Amino acid sequence: MTALGKLFRTTAFKLSIAYLVLFSIGAGLVLARVGARVKEVLDEQIEQTVEAEIRALSEQYAQGGLRQLGNAVERRVRAPGGSLYLLSSHSGDVIVGNIEPPNFTPSGGSELVETTYERRGEPGVKHPALLRLFLLPGGFRLLIGHDIEDHEVLRDILRRALGVSLFWLALVGALGGLFVSHRMLERVDVMSGSARRIMAGDMHERLAISGAGDELDRLAENFNAMLERISELMSGLREVSDNIAHDLKTPLTRLRNRAESAVRAGSSDSEHRAALAAVIEESDNLIGVFNALLMIARAEAGYSSDNMAVFDADAVVRDIAEMYEPVADEQGVRLEVAAQDGLAVTGSRELLGQALVNLVDNALKYGGTGDEPRIAIEAQRVGDRVEIVVADRGPGIEPSDRERVVGRFVRLENSRSRPGSGLGLSLAAAVARMHHGALRIEDNAPGLRVVLSLPAMRTTVGPTARMERA
Amino acid sequence: MRILIIEDDSEASEYLVKAFREQGHVAEHAADGLAGYGRASEGDYDVLIVDRMLPKMDGLSLISGLREQGVQTPALILSALGQVDDRVKGLRAGGDDYLPKPYAFSELLARVEALARRRFGPKGEETQYRVGDLELDRLSHKVTVGSQEVVLQPREFRLLEYLMKHAGQVVTRTMLLENVWDYHFDPQTNVIDVHISRLRSKIDKGRENPLLHTVRGAGYMIRDGAR
Repeated sequence: MTALGKLFRTTAFKLSIAYLVLFSIGAGLVLARVGARVKEVLDEQIEQTVEAEIRALSEQYAQGGLRQLGNAVERRVRAPGGSLYLLSSHSGDVIVGNIEPPNFTPSGGSELVETTYERRGEPGVKHPALLRLFLLPGGFRLLIGHDIEDHEVLRDILRRALGVSLFWLALVGALGGLFVSHRMLERVDVMSGSARRIMAGDMHERLAISGAGDELDRLAENFNAMLERISELMSGLREVSDNIAHDLKTPLTRLRNRAESAVRAGSSDSEHRAALAAVIEESDNLIGVFNALLMIARAEAGYSSDNMAVFDADAVVRDIAEMYEPVADEQGVRLEVAAQDGLAVTGSRELLGQALVNLVDNALKYGGTGDEPRIAIEAQRVGDRVEIVVADRGPGIEPSDRERVVGRFVRLENSRSRPGSGLGLSLAAAVARMHHGALRIEDNAPGLRVVLSLPAMRTTVGPTARMERA
Repeated sequence: MRILIIEDDSEASEYLVKAFREQGHVAEHAADGLAGYGRASEGDYDVLIVDRMLPKMDGLSLISGLREQGVQTPALILSALGQVDDRVKGLRAGGDDYLPKPYAFSELLARVEALARRRFGPKGEETQYRVGDLELDRLSHKVTVGSQEVVLQPREFRLLEYLMKHAGQVVTRTMLLENVWDYHFDPQTNVIDVHISRLRSKIDKGRENPLLHTVRGAGYMIRDGAR
C-alpha cells in the first residue's frame, strides 16, 4: 500500500470526508432555499408593480382613450428602468412600446408569464422577462412586464458562490482530514513499529505516550500495562521452568536411585518392599510439588470469572484455624483466632483455603518456637480491603529476604533441613494476586507476620447486596 | 461389585482391571467413550469409572448422556486436570465423585466402594448409626458409648458421622477433607490424623477392641472390632 493510500484509508480521513459531504449537502440545501425565496420575493414585487401599472394605464385609457394611453405608455417607455411595455392594435400593429412584438400570443389571464423578449431595435437578442397581457376594450392589447435579467444575474452569483465555497470547503476539509489522519497515522505507525519490535522479541519496548492525554495515549498506557503484565508472566514462566529443572531433578534422582538399588540383585523380598514404598513416597512428594506448581500457574493465569463466587473469608479463616488447632495443640503451640463476621470477598474459596493452609503450615513449621509459642490468625476489614493475618513469634525473616522468599522454590538457609517444597508462600502470593490483592511479609517483632490483603465486597445491607450473596 | 472402567490408556486400564479383580470385584473395560456409553447404558454395573478425556466421546458428555437416559449408575471421574473448576464441571455433568490423576489405588478403591454403597445402602438417609456399642443420633446430635454420652465438637461429630455412614469401609484422608471440611486440596501435614486421634481418644478410650482403625497406606475405617 502506498503512503498516500494508507492515509486515505485511515479512519480519521474517512470521517473527515464523511463530514465534508454531509456539510456540503447541508450548505447546498440552504443556498438553494435562499435562492428560491429571493426569486419568489422579487417575482411578487414585479407582480405588484405590473398590477399597479395596469390599473393606472386602464384608468388613463378610460379617461382619455387611446391617445392618452399612448402618451402615458410613451412617457413610461422613455423613463429608465426595466419595465416593458407594448401597446398594439388587435391586428398586431405596434402603436407604442419598448419591445418587439413577441412571436407568441400570451393568453389574457391575470398570470405573469416567464418568457423572453427582444428589445425594440435589437431584434435577435433575447432577454428574460415576466410578461402579462392585458386586453383593452376596443381590441387593443397592452403587454406589460419586467425585465428579469438581474434575477438571472443574482441566481448566477448565488450559484457561483455556492460552487466556490464548496470548492474551498472540499479543499480545506480534505487537507484538514489529510493533516489529522496523517498525525494519527504517524502515531499509530510508531505504535505499530513498537508492537512489531515487541513481537520480534524485544519485551522491554513500550509504546510511546505523547503526553496529550488523549484517547491514543490512554490506549498506549493500557497496552503498556498489559505488556508489563505479560513480561511479568513470561519471566515468571521462565523462572518456573528453570526452577523445575533444577529442583525436580533432585527428587527424581533420589527416586531413580531407590528404584535402581531395589532392582540390584541380592536384595531380599522385604528390602524390595521397603524400596518400593520409598519410591511411592518419593513420587507422592513429586506429585505434590507438581500440583502446587499447577495451582500457582492457574492462579497466576487468573481465574475464569464464572468460577469466582462471593464467599465469607472469615468462614474460611475459621475453618482453617479449626482444622489446624489440634495440630498446633499437639506441638504445644497456642492458636489464637480473631475473625470479624461477614467479610465477603469474591474469588475462589478453595484457593484461599489452600493459601491459608500454607501460611498456617509455615507458621507452625518455622514460627512455633520460643518459650510460649503462639500463632495468631486474624481476619478483619481495613478500609475497603479484607486483611487476613497469620502471625507467629518465631525467628521471622530478615527484611532483605522478605521479597525473595515469595519466589518459587525459594527456601531460606535455615529451613533447608525441613521438609517442604518452597512453594507455599508463592502459592499464597499467587492466590492473593488472583483476587486482585497482595501478600505482605512483615515483622511481628518478634516473629513473622504475613498479611493476605484482598479487596472486600461491598457489604451494604440492601437488596442488591443480598442478591449478590445469594 | 461390578465395575465398568472407561479409559483409553490400555496400561492404566489393565492395571485397574487387575487390581479391582484382586479385591474380589468384577471389573470390565471399555476403551473409548462410545463403547463405554453403550455398555454403561445396557449393562448392570454398580460403579462407572470414567476418564475425563476419551476418544470418540468425552467423559463428561458420556455421563450427562447417561443421566439424560435415566441411567443413574454412580460415576467417578478420573481426570488429569485436578483443578477446582474442573471438578465442579465434572460434578455438574452428573458425576458423583472426582479423582485427579495421578491417584493411589487405595484412594480410588475407597471412593468406588463408597459410591457402590450408596447404591446398595438403604433408601433414604438413616437417622441413627450404630457400630458396636457406639451410637450416633443424627437428629439430636447425640453420641453415646454404651449408656455414656460422649461430648463432641461439631466438627468431630461430622467426622464421626461420615465414618459411621461408611462403617466397614475404608475412608481416605482426602475423602474426609472433602466431606467433613468441604475443601478439596491435599492436606499438607497430618492434619486429619490429629483430628482422628482426638476423636479416637473420645470414643475408643479404654477399649480393648477399638472401633476406629487406621488402614495403613489408605486411611481409616470404623467397624465393630469385637466381631
